[in-house]
Amino acid sequence: MSRLLEHDYIGLAEKPSMEISEKSSHLNLNLKETELRLGLPGSESPERKPTNLISLFGKDLRNTNALKNLVAGSKRGFSDDAVVDFEGKINNTHKASQSAKPKQDKKPEISETNDHVSPPSSKEQVVGWPPIRSFRRNTMACSLIKNKDDDEEEERKPSEASGFLYVKVSMDGAPYLRKVDLRMYTNYMQLSSALEQMFTCFTIGECNSGGFPGKDGLSESSLRDLLHVSVHVVTYEDKDGDWMLVGDVPWEMFTESCRRLRIMKGSEAIGLAPRAMEKKGWSHNNNCRRIK
Amino acid sequence: MPRIAYAFPDEVLEHVFSFIHSDQDRNAISLVCKSWYEIERWCRRSIFVGNCYAVSPVMVVKRFPKLRSISLKGKPHFADFNLVPEDWGGYACPWIEAMASAYPWLEEIRLKRMVLTDESLELISKSFKNFQVLVLSSCEGFSTDGLAAIAANCRNLRELDLRESEVEDLSGHWLSQFPDSFTSLVSLNISCLGSEVSTCALERLLAGCPNLQSLRLNRAVPLEKLVNLLGRSPNLVELGTGAYTSEMQPDVFSDLSRAFVGCKQLKSLSGFWDAMPYYLPAVYPISSRLTSLNLSYATTESPYLVKLVSECRNLQRLWVMDYIEDSGLEALAVSCKDLRELRVFPSDPFGLEPNVALTERGLVSVSEGCPELQSVLYFCRQMSNAALVTIARNRPNMTRFRLCIIEPRKPDYLTLQPLDAGFGAIVEHCKNLRRLSLSGLLTDRVFEYIGSYGKKLEMLSVAFAGDSDLGLHYVLSGCDNLRKLEVRDCPFGDKALLANAAKLETMRSLWMSSCNVSFGACKLLGQKMPRLNVEVIIDERGPPDSMPESCLVEKLYIYRTVAGPRMDMPGFVWRYTGP
Repeated sequence: MSRLLEHDYIGLAEKPSMEISEKSSHLNLNLKETELRLGLPGSESPERKPTNLISLFGKDLRNTNALKNLVAGSKRGFSDDAVVDFEGKINNTHKASQSAKPKQDKKPEISETNDHVSPPSSKEQVVGWPPIRSFRRNTMACSLIKNKDDDEEEERKPSEASGFLYVKVSMDGAPYLRKVDLRMYTNYMQLSSALEQMFTCFTIGECNSGGFPGKDGLSESSLRDLLHVSVHVVTYEDKDGDWMLVGDVPWEMFTESCRRLRIMKGSEAIGLAPRAMEKKGWSHNNNCRRIK
Repeated sequence: MPRIAYAFPDEVLEHVFSFIHSDQDRNAISLVCKSWYEIERWCRRSIFVGNCYAVSPVMVVKRFPKLRSISLKGKPHFADFNLVPEDWGGYACPWIEAMASAYPWLEEIRLKRMVLTDESLELISKSFKNFQVLVLSSCEGFSTDGLAAIAANCRNLRELDLRESEVEDLSGHWLSQFPDSFTSLVSLNISCLGSEVSTCALERLLAGCPNLQSLRLNRAVPLEKLVNLLGRSPNLVELGTGAYTSEMQPDVFSDLSRAFVGCKQLKSLSGFWDAMPYYLPAVYPISSRLTSLNLSYATTESPYLVKLVSECRNLQRLWVMDYIEDSGLEALAVSCKDLRELRVFPSDPFGLEPNVALTERGLVSVSEGCPELQSVLYFCRQMSNAALVTIARNRPNMTRFRLCIIEPRKPDYLTLQPLDAGFGAIVEHCKNLRRLSLSGLLTDRVFEYIGSYGKKLEMLSVAFAGDSDLGLHYVLSGCDNLRKLEVRDCPFGDKALLANAAKLETMRSLWMSSCNVSFGACKLLGQKMPRLNVEVIIDERGPPDSMPESCLVEKLYIYRTVAGPRMDMPGFVWRYTGP
């Protein structure tokens, strides 16, 4: 099943799901190659299930507990509708585990997620819709987390649940930065999922350069773009200004020290990753592995 | 006859002008003749720049040498919803620097959607000896270190308001930087801050500032502490609580209630994060005094909200979550006859199914029961033309109407027709409508109505609507007072845009994203209209020059300016430059 689905331009298909999967089925083969994978070059996730494609620190997270709601296949290169609003992400990651099963066939399989949240609502989100300010969205998201935690007997003080920790995220080759609020996530899995969704469009390339509401499928040039294998590694700049590989330290420590994120191309990371693996042995107590 | 202008010495004219405060009137005065222009510019004390790129700091400083107060707005409104990428612009720094050298007596700075650094904050704190008011609305780029500089150096600070800004929270200790001798604070809004501020510092501050009228705390301030703080600020008119939740303790409850009563001027309440039903009744003793209630962060269930709201008979403004439901709004319509503004926010905006019993009926009830209702922001999941027509007929005095039907392109749920007729009724009956936001299934028809009737309309927001260029054309050619138009995901394109190019110079700005405008049209517009900045936010396909002219633009922001192309355009913003 293709995870890269062609949506109508607002991401809410009014056509029956079958039509859509048919349309994109011929793209299946090509698209497989071009999935965004963040991980060690050469590492392979065994089944290309619609699970988390991001490999942090070299570990391939084929974890079926990963959140999944990969939205892709935009009309224009970077289309709002293709990229889920990252600041609304907490609702996505949250809701992403709230409904028991996807409501429409065309939706990618939504696997279970971590313990914190219940099954997802499977609606794909359009960036900036409904029009709710970030401040309000984040506040509400914090409320949801808090309530959840209360249920689980884990008391969170208001000060812990609140607050924003915005860090800029850049990706090599992408035209502009995005921002994420690290406090929206509680583990690396959620973060990687969010990043993946945020930046998918940049590696997929443009799917439709003309016409409205998108009569054609992929154009020739974009097909060419698609035939790359993109492997990326996520790094972060810590308080001391050093660039580290994401995923080495416990999550809380990471959020404390992370100042910005950078998604590097695999080719640049090739030289780095083996060292990380190598250091794994001795770095039991030493959580700070420098990459540069 | 021309001699009359010289009959009055400048001082007299200046004195007369000093009674004129409205910007529009002042602008009109300055156009009468050269001498009036000169006199006026020397005595203008306050300006508002709705788009910081419409004019340059140098020009402002040159024309108005004696400003005491400046308001600036930066990013387009849709930046609130993440449609504008990071580092797009809206930098306050050049403005602060220009003002630091030109206006040593500047007293007030108000910024909205701008990027401000700690360095700028420090510059503010050191450059203006009588600095009094700092309002940062939806701003970003600074940290609590910058706030510490303000606290430490602004001896006469009256107002520090950080509403909804993104502040990098390095520590809560900045508040301690207010010196012991500091007494001038009147208004403090730190509701957007994440981490705890030092309660000691807060208490000390409050104790030293007897004139404090407005205090909005952040979520991290626990309910128990609120009691102490209220005790130290008996003159409060506006209070924003912190988290409104705690262990259920009767003494905390009664202390809280007593504290509310003790603030005899208290008229406005907000905050209420995670509001517990147990503590809401603490407000009852003062409920009849309240004119403004912001419960939009109170995730409390309907019955408790309704009870509280029904007690507040003099309410003029209510912001609430949709937990209030239709039944709650019906109760509101019965109890609060002075209601002027209602905002209902969605508790579950991304869910597929409705989670609360809030429909169009709630809004209809309020429109029927509240004769003073003028301003509405309403999120719901269903609407009908019939309801909209009823609302329009009930409330011809409506001035701001923003309806968000959560699912894009949803038709009238009764007839399955577009909502053209309903919104048409709104613009037809509400002759003083200044602001309108549309949603639901809409064809070009609704724009025809808007163009015909929306003569006072100043701001229009459109999403997922219309069939063709005609829609855009109706609006641009019909709405005489249109200042701001923002459009997303509509099939509006080149024809309408180019045909109404001249109109764009009469407006502050136009935002179009995911529409049908081509690069070619942008180039043409940029070429023909030198006093417009036609900015294209480019994506990874590369700059428009390299694209075929027919290629569609993803995001477009057009605004009038006398300052030419802006100097701080990031790499992903393109503007026509050459032939």
